[in-house]
Amino acid sequence: MSIPINDYVTLASVIFFIGVIGVIVRRNPLIMLMSVELMFNAANLLLIAYARLWLHNVGHIFAFIVITVAAAEAAIGLAIVVTTFRPEKYVDVDDIRTLHG
Amino acid sequence: MIAFWVLAAILIASAVWTIAAKKPVYSVVALLLNFATLAVLYVTLSAEFLAVIQIIVYSGAILVLFVFVIALLGSGVAPFPTGPNRLPKIWLPAGIFTLAAFGFLIYAVSTVKMAAAPATGAVGNADVFGSVADFGKALFTVQLLPFEATGLVLMVAVIGVITLGGEQMSDAEAQQSRMRADRAVREAILREGKG
Repeated sequence: MSIPINDYVTLASVIFFIGVIGVIVRRNPLIMLMSVELMFNAANLLLIAYARLWLHNVGHIFAFIVITVAAAEAAIGLAIVVTTFRPEKYVDVDDIRTLHG
Repeated sequence: MIAFWVLAAILIASAVWTIAAKKPVYSVVALLLNFATLAVLYVTLSAEFLAVIQIIVYSGAILVLFVFVIALLGSGVAPFPTGPNRLPKIWLPAGIFTLAAFGFLIYAVSTVKMAAAPATGAVGNADVFGSVADFGKALFTVQLLPFEATGLVLMVAVIGVITLGGEQMSDAEAQQSRMRADRAVREAILREGKG
């Protein structure tokens, strides 16, 4: 651990606040979701840096759970975006029959 | 030491690019760079398994989902109709709030004394720390309950997505849509025959 932990804390807070600015300022739902991912990643970086500092892998387990929650959040958020902004009301794969022979 | 600052610069630059890009596709590219750099940083923190997970889950699954949604909505061409642009009004309060919160955080980091790290080897072995074996052993023994909870979270997410996306069309609408598609195919075949 040659780099002081405070540098990791500062880096993670910079990334976190870039994410906060993204959520506040941008109005595009996709970019807002990506900013939330940035914030998740900042938290993960801190967890892993502290796990390394204390040589205790419970931080890794927590980061793993954060990644899982981020995946679930992205899936649900994108489902909401799609159902809200879908240009055509119904997109049905059964309508696509040009390869039907 | 130099590696950390290079990685930190790339991380911050790509994060700014993510929130500043005009088109969502560019944001995805910037976010991909951010996640890959973060994975490298995880390796330097001897969290190899999480670096791999970072690449597979974030770059492989989440970002592909983003790209898929962008392609589905065609938002790379035209922005969403999200109403009037609120950017000029919101810049000032957002900037003040963010700078104040960030300054407070930096102040707290610089003044509060962090708990001292225990001596190496007190709680873990530095040689195996962060390896897949170490992580897996912890995940399936001591931390089994959080692991099971993770599965529950994913199942709730799947049910939520099905509830959101599983809109059923009525029989009449389905019939209409099928007829429309059939007509399109017939016209295409006719055109093909003439040409």
